[in-house]
Amino acid sequence: MSQADASSRKKRLEGAAPVFAALGDETRLGLVARLSTGQALSITRLTEGTALTRQAITRHLEVLSDAGLVRSTRHGRKRLWELERARFELARRSLDQISDWWDGKLADLRAVVEG
Amino acid sequence: MQQGGCLTGSTTTDRIQKEIVLSAPPARVWQAISNAQQFGEWFKVDMTGVTFEAGKPAVGKMTYPGYEGHPFEIVIDRIEPDRLFSFRWHPYGIDPKYDYSSEPMTLVEFVLEDVPEGTKLTVTNRASTGSPCLVAPRRSA
Repeated sequence: MSQADASSRKKRLEGAAPVFAALGDETRLGLVARLSTGQALSITRLTEGTALTRQAITRHLEVLSDAGLVRSTRHGRKRLWELERARFELARRSLDQISDWWDGKLADLRAVVEG
Repeated sequence: MQQGGCLTGSTTTDRIQKEIVLSAPPARVWQAISNAQQFGEWFKVDMTGVTFEAGKPAVGKMTYPGYEGHPFEIVIDRIEPDRLFSFRWHPYGIDPKYDYSSEPMTLVEFVLEDVPEGTKLTVTNRASTGSPCLVAPRRSA
């Protein structure tokens, strides 16, 4: 890989890094799964069935929101949360890159052990 | 090669899994993965003076073109000779006000299996993890 390729790839991956950090938690993955039906849900609904407080769930949602994975809208006194689908598409492409990266690493490993 | 997981519009899975068969005995593959210097050779990390020990951190410097000198830090998880080697990485810190030391680390796992052709190697990398493969983990944004 040339220096220029490495640099642009690094930039792309750094852009995706907060997405993976945000998803690196079971509670947040669970919230994403709950929201994946496409329906906007309230904190009350999202807290149901978890052992966590509304405050804890809110904090997790804010981490997801900072990573651009969810957004909230106000409906009167209620705040509803939903997924940002475009951001997930970006994350999927980044995963493809990481998958390619592992292919490269394993090819290097093969060269070492079979050489 | 299979990609065991990906994010799509509506579903989330959390891992990338790779399976390859290497024409070398498990003992040889085991050395290349679990010996810090040999690991560094193909993973492109300078691991001079480092020994992998279960439960202990291992710190090196990347030698990957474009990332030379970047710190590379992992915590060795399990070492089961000729069978399993795994280590953890901290995901990126994204909120400077949040203490990420309480966050789960992401796991990379190598599983070796003796097969007639040599060694079947299965690598699992939780997707949450992804980026630290290429760039140095950061504690804060």
